[in-house]
Amino acid sequence: MASCSIEDVLAKAERDEAEKLRSITVNKELDLEFDPGHLLAFDKNRIDTREFKDNKGEDFLRSLARDNTQLLINEIWKLPTEKVEEVIVAKLPDPTTPLPREKPAPKPKPPTKWEQFAKLKGIQKKKKTNIVWDEVHKEWKRRWGYKRANDDTKEWLIEVPVTADPNEDQFAKRNKAKKERVARNEYNRLKNVARAQKIKVPGMGLAPTPQQSKSELAQAVNVAKISTASVGKFQEKLPKEKTSKNTGKKRKFQPLIGDFGSEKQKQLDLLKVMDSKKPRLDVTKAVNKQMREEDRESAQKSKKSFGKKGRKGNMSGKGKGKGKGMAGGKGPKGKGRKPNMKQGKR
Amino acid sequence: MKYSQFVCVSSIGENIKLLIDRPDGTYCFRLHNDRVYYMSEKILKLATNISRDKLVSVGTCFGKFTKTQKFRLHITALDFLAPYAKFKVWVKPGSEQSFLYGNHIMKSGLGRITENTSQYQGVVVYSMSDVPLGFGVAAKTTQECRKVDPMAIVVFHQADIGEYIRSEDTLT
Repeated sequence: MASCSIEDVLAKAERDEAEKLRSITVNKELDLEFDPGHLLAFDKNRIDTREFKDNKGEDFLRSLARDNTQLLINEIWKLPTEKVEEVIVAKLPDPTTPLPREKPAPKPKPPTKWEQFAKLKGIQKKKKTNIVWDEVHKEWKRRWGYKRANDDTKEWLIEVPVTADPNEDQFAKRNKAKKERVARNEYNRLKNVARAQKIKVPGMGLAPTPQQSKSELAQAVNVAKISTASVGKFQEKLPKEKTSKNTGKKRKFQPLIGDFGSEKQKQLDLLKVMDSKKPRLDVTKAVNKQMREEDRESAQKSKKSFGKKGRKGNMSGKGKGKGKGMAGGKGPKGKGRKPNMKQGKR
Repeated sequence: MKYSQFVCVSSIGENIKLLIDRPDGTYCFRLHNDRVYYMSEKILKLATNISRDKLVSVGTCFGKFTKTQKFRLHITALDFLAPYAKFKVWVKPGSEQSFLYGNHIMKSGLGRITENTSQYQGVVVYSMSDVPLGFGVAAKTTQECRKVDPMAIVVFHQADIGEYIRSEDTLT
């Protein structure tokens, strides 16, 4: 009946409304513990295992999750809000639950050379101010760094000391000394780093070479052999040692006007070698053959579909080749055709 | 001048023997300032009397070695290489001028091409009246040339006789 159906529809609509506006209040035995900083909620209520076991527990879990999320959101709404670009945003407080470390704790660095010495001597670190009064410029300047207070490289007048060479450039001397101090500082810093990471540091001179290959060792031997005052002329050889022939020169050129006959012969031999090295173009031949076959097949198909057109004129075996050419667009004239013709009738 | 062996001229193939082995005299290649020159031995002997830094050019320049040691063929070699060319390309009168201005040859401008040209093969470009126009590199094999659309490039331009006017001052 129509009225029944209308009543049913209305009742269903009412039920849907009720579902949507389900109460935002949730009853729990124990209150949840919240940490809005991490958006975290702890639920310490007991779980009824019977409810969990009925209906495979999915509905139970879903309703439990919904309730707890509702409570958490209620908690978020309690926080102070602000409007950011027309969106209401809640300001989260600092988190209270401590989270464990993501990465392992850093290992203590081994003390640098100075730190070891200071510890040994009992020298304490003295706190120094960053800014120092510069008497010359009459203002507060940095102790060190850019535009520092007593920068001796920036002085406009340097008195030449009595003991110094009058032609020496004192300004350049000061700049050079500064560069050397900087370089030494950097070098010491790197040594400290190497010591901390237990990397082998080269002493004065060459860096230590790791495992060398046979050729590298042979080269080293040869270099050492000729590193004498007489360039290795009087060095003794081991019983079965061979002298290395390459004297280090990269390329040797023939004389400009050598023997023309031998030059010609060498060039012809080279060309012969070049020709013989050329592999037979099997791949391209195969590809070409394949392409020809495909063209032939497509030409046949087009011939079948355009019945009359195909049978016009002299469409014999020869014609087929031409037809294929026409179907494929412009083909090369003259020379190219002959090999195709041999393939013949299908 | 230095003497060196070079391996470059792919467009004439086996026929390069004919350049070296000539009945009318001994001709040779010499390297000078990264350029390769082809000359008879008579000229060579005369040229030794000029100091290296003052010598500009000897015989005909075939090409040069670029900074990265690649060999680049020059148009001045055309007269020597054209008769011995193995793979030739004929260009239609319409696109002849385009090629002479330094552009690549498109399928629409292609008149003829020797059969069995492999891809990236050095070719000599001729006009339809069999006048050698220059050098090129085949961009497609002969089979592919038949199939490809008319706007596709079939021959890359390398050197053309228009360069005699365009690069008048740099040709040696």
